[in-house]
Amino acid sequence: MGEHTLDKGLQNGLAFFYLLVALLNFGFAAYSIAGAKKRLAGLVWAGVGVLFLLHTVGYISHQGWMLSAALREFIDSLTGPVTYTMVSIVAFALLLYFRKFFVQPDVAWTILQLSLLAGGWAMTDPNFREIVAKEDNVPISMLIYSVAFFTWLALYRAVQNDERLARGEPVLEKVDDEKVLVWPDLVYTELICMILATFVLIIWAVLLKAPLEQPATSAKAPNPSKAPWYFLGLQEMLVYYDPWMAGVVLPTMIIIGLIAIPYIDFNRGGNGYFSFVERKFAVTIFLFGFVVLWVTLIVLGTFLRGPNWNFFAFFEYWDPHKVLPLNNVNLSQLVWLNVFHIPLDDFKLRFGDFLGPILRELPGIIIVGLYMLALPPLLARTFMRSYFLRMGFVRFITLVTLIQFMAALPIKMVLRWVINLKYIVAIPEIFFNI
Amino acid sequence: MSVGDFIRNSQVWKSVFRHPAPRDRRNRVVVMLTNVFLHLHPVSVRKSGIALSYTWCMGGLTFFMFLELTVTGVLLMFYYRPTLEHAYNDILILRDVATLGILRELHRWGAHAMVITIWLHMYRVFLTGSYKPPREFNWGVGVILLVLTLLLSFTGYLLPWDQLAIWAITVGSNMARATPFLGYEGPGATFLKVGDVSLIHSGSDARFILLGGRFVSGETLLRFYVLHCVAIPLAVAVLIAVHFWRVRKDGGISGPL
Repeated sequence: MGEHTLDKGLQNGLAFFYLLVALLNFGFAAYSIAGAKKRLAGLVWAGVGVLFLLHTVGYISHQGWMLSAALREFIDSLTGPVTYTMVSIVAFALLLYFRKFFVQPDVAWTILQLSLLAGGWAMTDPNFREIVAKEDNVPISMLIYSVAFFTWLALYRAVQNDERLARGEPVLEKVDDEKVLVWPDLVYTELICMILATFVLIIWAVLLKAPLEQPATSAKAPNPSKAPWYFLGLQEMLVYYDPWMAGVVLPTMIIIGLIAIPYIDFNRGGNGYFSFVERKFAVTIFLFGFVVLWVTLIVLGTFLRGPNWNFFAFFEYWDPHKVLPLNNVNLSQLVWLNVFHIPLDDFKLRFGDFLGPILRELPGIIIVGLYMLALPPLLARTFMRSYFLRMGFVRFITLVTLIQFMAALPIKMVLRWVINLKYIVAIPEIFFNI
Repeated sequence: MSVGDFIRNSQVWKSVFRHPAPRDRRNRVVVMLTNVFLHLHPVSVRKSGIALSYTWCMGGLTFFMFLELTVTGVLLMFYYRPTLEHAYNDILILRDVATLGILRELHRWGAHAMVITIWLHMYRVFLTGSYKPPREFNWGVGVILLVLTLLLSFTGYLLPWDQLAIWAITVGSNMARATPFLGYEGPGATFLKVGDVSLIHSGSDARFILLGGRFVSGETLLRFYVLHCVAIPLAVAVLIAVHFWRVRKDGGISGPL
């Protein structure tokens, strides 16, 4: 939207933000030189700190630097649900494969600084600012940075432990093996954590008022109507699946799947310490489910879904009148109408209300049936034979079924993007659409 | 005799604290055994097990958030009535009269924080393989606690009774009407009938039970209020007790064998 200057309050806020980031970099530079004995890295980080300090000076003197409109439009033109999801999946695969590279403190720190710089510049865009700075969306920024930090920490320790194990040394967690008294060693840690948490909460509560909108009325629905942020991954799934799947079956499978984890994970390695090599399969699946499917879909649902649940890129105005062509088709139409030229209505006319829809949806029913019933024995005989032999029948079927439900989401996403598929099976007569 | 010594030698003090301050090894052991709250812990732990780089302190912080939310929640209950007539105005008054008050903020941000800390706690437990035997059951208890935490947050979201609240709950609870067999727009529900009478309709399905009506209404507000303030916190408290007790019984903080 038209808006050409940044107000002074915002510029002061950005100045403060960049000051904090500059201080972070000076701290890290000091650590690099004095702690890690890496003088060159320390000088680089000090230089980065100065760069951020220049931003502070620019904004405190109200220069009004903004991200250029052309750049914003360029970034927006690259962003869509497909690119967003593909980039997160590719980034995830690269992170795991090149984990030894990404966990190096200097590399991780570089990524953090780039994200802070990009975030600061992005805040100069009014559309981006409006959504990110919304009170109830603040936790999502915290979620992004805390999940990123702890993913780094866990992989950092896992890489170290894996190298130690390869050398035949004990894992890090084994090193300080002696017993200490809970008073004072643990109770004081807990006390300090509680004080810090209280401090953070109070600062957060003073700086940011809890939102309160107009009194509730069933007459006027806001557009978009969004569930609380922690459920927005589920709401995003509604794009691809009907409510009975996205809102009931898949969440239930998530809960059941989580509880089942200890009983289907037969790998006794990696118990009580961070490790990747000893638990490649389990860690990859869990990270994919939590980081890629759960967290990035929450981010997508919160920041990139606007009115009518349409996709809006980072700097795009949430136009309620944006119209996207909906030309999704069902599998039955693709098969019967497009290939055999049989009108779909014929089925009910010829075979009645019961048999008609079943025959009409037969292609989809067969595909879903094969996916759910034929895939597990097939996997047991081929790729996952060693798993099957070691796990036994019940564990194996549970594991494969859970993975099938988890994979159902990305599979439907790809089908939607590639062939505009709406439903594989569509029997709206009994609300049975897959 | 100093005042401090006088107090510490008094019958009152000695009735509360059965032994001297935990300054030497013996009393640091004894203090863990004679205080019911400290008794949640063992007397001694492995040093690497309590390192912040290992535990991230996220389980402890989740529990702390639960306590913080209980305290601020009880205080908020003094100012809030869960009726269509009062709910929104009570929040308005709380905001406008107590200008510098941060009670509602502490509660709302604490709730958001608890959702994040419980996720990070489970993240850590998974990545250290701490759910593995003998801790399988306790992981399951933890998953139930996660679900209850999300339900607590979800039920609390409705209580301010503003547009944000009612429509978030509407969107969320609309899922329930698509429950297979039990929601009136769920697959299979049309098969559940006696003669021509449908058993599952908009006045009898899963969503109706959740909301106490066909849409988010005053009945829903009361229902969510009772769930939010009484039923779910009680269930959480019981399960936290089980969770902590099992942490001890299953061998304390996990670590390499």
